[in-house]
Amino acid sequence: MTQPGAVTAPQPHVAHQSHHEELGFWRQYVFSVDHKVIGIQYAITGLLFLLFGFSLMMLMRWQLAYPGAALPLVGNLFGEARMPGGTMLPEFYNELGAMHGTIMVFLGVVPLAVGGFGNFVVPLQIGAPDMAFPRLNMASYWFFFLGGVTMLASFFVPGGAAQSGWTSYTPLSVLAGTGQTMWLIGMLFLITSSLLGAVNFITTIIQLRVRGLTFMRFPFFVWTQLVTSFLLLLAFPPLQAAAIMQMMDRVAGTSFFMPSGLVVSGQVLTAAGGGNPLLWQHLFWFLAHPEVYVLILPAMGIVAEVIANNTRKPLWGYRSMVYSLMFLGFMSFLVWAHHMFMTGMGTAMAAFFQTTTMIISIPSVVILTALLISLWGGSIRFNTPMLFALGFLPMFGIGGLTGLPLGFNVSDIPLHDTYYVIGHFHYVVAPGTIFALFAGVYYWYPKATGRKMNETLGKIHFFGSLVCMNVIFMPMFLMGLAGVSRRLFDGGETYAFAQPVLHLNVVSSWGAWILAIFQIPFIFNFFWSIWKGEKTDENPWQATTLEWAAPSPPPHGNFLEPPQAYRGPYEYSVPGAARDYTPQHEA
Amino acid sequence: MEIPYTFEVRRDTGLTNGKIGLWLFLASEVMLFGALFASYILIRTGAPNWPRGDTILNVPLATFNTIVLISSSVTMVMAWASLVRGSFATFRIYMGATILLGFVFLVVKYFEYSHKFHDGLYPSTNNFLAIYFTLTGLHMLHVAGGMALNAWFWGPGAKLWKTNPVWFTNRVEHSGLFWHFVDLVWIFLFPTLYLL
Ligand code: HEM
Ligand SMILES: [Cu+2]
Repeated sequence: MTQPGAVTAPQPHVAHQSHHEELGFWRQYVFSVDHKVIGIQYAITGLLFLLFGFSLMMLMRWQLAYPGAALPLVGNLFGEARMPGGTMLPEFYNELGAMHGTIMVFLGVVPLAVGGFGNFVVPLQIGAPDMAFPRLNMASYWFFFLGGVTMLASFFVPGGAAQSGWTSYTPLSVLAGTGQTMWLIGMLFLITSSLLGAVNFITTIIQLRVRGLTFMRFPFFVWTQLVTSFLLLLAFPPLQAAAIMQMMDRVAGTSFFMPSGLVVSGQVLTAAGGGNPLLWQHLFWFLAHPEVYVLILPAMGIVAEVIANNTRKPLWGYRSMVYSLMFLGFMSFLVWAHHMFMTGMGTAMAAFFQTTTMIISIPSVVILTALLISLWGGSIRFNTPMLFALGFLPMFGIGGLTGLPLGFNVSDIPLHDTYYVIGHFHYVVAPGTIFALFAGVYYWYPKATGRKMNETLGKIHFFGSLVCMNVIFMPMFLMGLAGVSRRLFDGGETYAFAQPVLHLNVVSSWGAWILAIFQIPFIFNFFWSIWKGEKTDENPWQATTLEWAAPSPPPHGNFLEPPQAYRGPYEYSVPGAARDYTPQHEA
Repeated sequence: MEIPYTFEVRRDTGLTNGKIGLWLFLASEVMLFGALFASYILIRTGAPNWPRGDTILNVPLATFNTIVLISSSVTMVMAWASLVRGSFATFRIYMGATILLGFVFLVVKYFEYSHKFHDGLYPSTNNFLAIYFTLTGLHMLHVAGGMALNAWFWGPGAKLWKTNPVWFTNRVEHSGLFWHFVDLVWIFLFPTLYLL
């Protein structure tokens, strides 16, 4: 509408003058506007939060395996208010549980998958010099950082961090201590960060793709980031609204989520009442179901890249994967109340939501099946990224299939809030998403550093983790089927019916601690390879997509010459071609 | 290094980066206010009784404020149109008027709020007031944000006009789109809270 002679305006550029050589340390590594630096900042912060969230969990696993026993060695470090004599108090367990969930989801996986890989890889894969709004990009990292600091600081306020689960259900959370207010402030920062990021990603992908890169020539990873960004853009604001209302309930004494005549410890509450506690659940899950796709879609994208590259074959059914992805993104807004079958919503509503849930499982199965068939007839290279990608397929498969009984009203009622649910979604996010993220780290590491990570250490990391993950999470299904509830601070010790399965808690816990040991090779490898890893050229995996046309590591601005796309993303083993791969940028 | 399509239009999409970014941002804003309106409906339909807005709130003041905001949208368009016609001086006048009208809106709102507090009506009094204060409070934050943006383009940001008038015009247009959105939200808020 505007552009009075827009195309003919070759004015000098005021904003981004290119004297990047002269940037000082702070502008280059800390307050950088380069998407690659920001991506690496996101990735490293995300990895640290994953480690932290995992450490919280290792503490909890002690209490679950040996309820009431004093924690040796480190038990006394947590103070009398949390672990008197080294024994965990229930309040501390709740703190750990709520913060484990929150940190893993919002500060670990999403920042690594979207902020980290999305930022680093997407502009390269579409041949762009940077993101569309570099300064906004920096702002979104720093909002995320503030959110993280707020969450960490909440451990030190009186009464400790949030204790109402990562779901913060009302009215419990409205009545909880100061930590919950910190949680809400932290979430507002994180939501702001995600919104800025989502706007930036969508604009970048639509506007900055190079000549010849049509939508159907996008690498699948770019597609997953595009759909993910739409989910973040449209699903987070309702949680923002909910967080604002919960904040009002807590700080201004309103009753959005407070029913009339609520009695707490024998006292009728004085709040005005008339609110609706279930409203919170609706708004929360309206975000949080799309959020689980935010956790899984980028992972699928990484796995697709790695599989195409290491089978030396085009992806099977690329188009059906893309259409499934779009359908999945759309449907993910229509299934949220399958988390609420227990709230007495009535059979008509339950029927609606279980139907949409069954429908949404179809595109996920299509994508997984297409990836599986892609393996057929390939001459597979079993390097570390590929092992993690291959591990992802059955693990995500188990997670997905065990989700079906939770999507049916009838079978969800006995399973709801048991360890079966914990087992189900951890198969999706831990050996599923986390494996895919590891695959991504090993796969794109040479692009970021110019060196490969060590293969032997990588294989130890993979096989050790694969075994441990199953030792941890498989028993949870059995415990859940036996009826053991989640969020029990003693692991079910006081219930008669839980007695036959209690020993599984011990198995699961040892699995978690040994899993920690198997992460040491990774951490070591990650740092050691920066200096000592095998040096590589710009395309060590003989890959086809555009990021491999840039130097490793790419300079500010990425490509020496702006590339152009001449073909689809996965032209491997083209009959008659000189090599078994034909890069997108080669005419 | 320079980002493509910052101020020139990309041929196949017909848009600049800023324009897409702004529309996406507005989409998320629609979801934000949409969720709050949905919550309002749920809480109201679940309530045994609910006061009519005009029994508690001051309708004439709000009508006045509605006129103020709509006028500010008009001056906003005029500000942008002046730039398109290349007249920076008239832009300054209209943009100044837009900011001023936003300020008038906030002042009226301040009197409404303090009158309520004076009568002992707080967000915690009942859920009608809780919704009223939350929705209008959030809206006022948006008004203030829009004013800050406009003030930037009126003042220090206007330097861009000298070096890159096309880009500057685009940015003012984007600021205007946001301002119209804020206006639109009020046009929904006014009948919902004051009249129904
Ligand atoms: C391999 C490492 C992990 C282990 C051993 C583990 C273990 C657990 C256990 C035992 C619980 C249940 C606690 C309870 O109900 O009392 C739990 C809860 C949870 N975990 Fe994990 N987890 C791991 C990784 C992850 C990851 C990667 C994510 C997310 C991306 C995640 C997200 C959650 C969430 C959201 C909850 C629910 C918290 C709540 O009840 O509010 N976990 N985890
Ligand atoms: Cu769900």
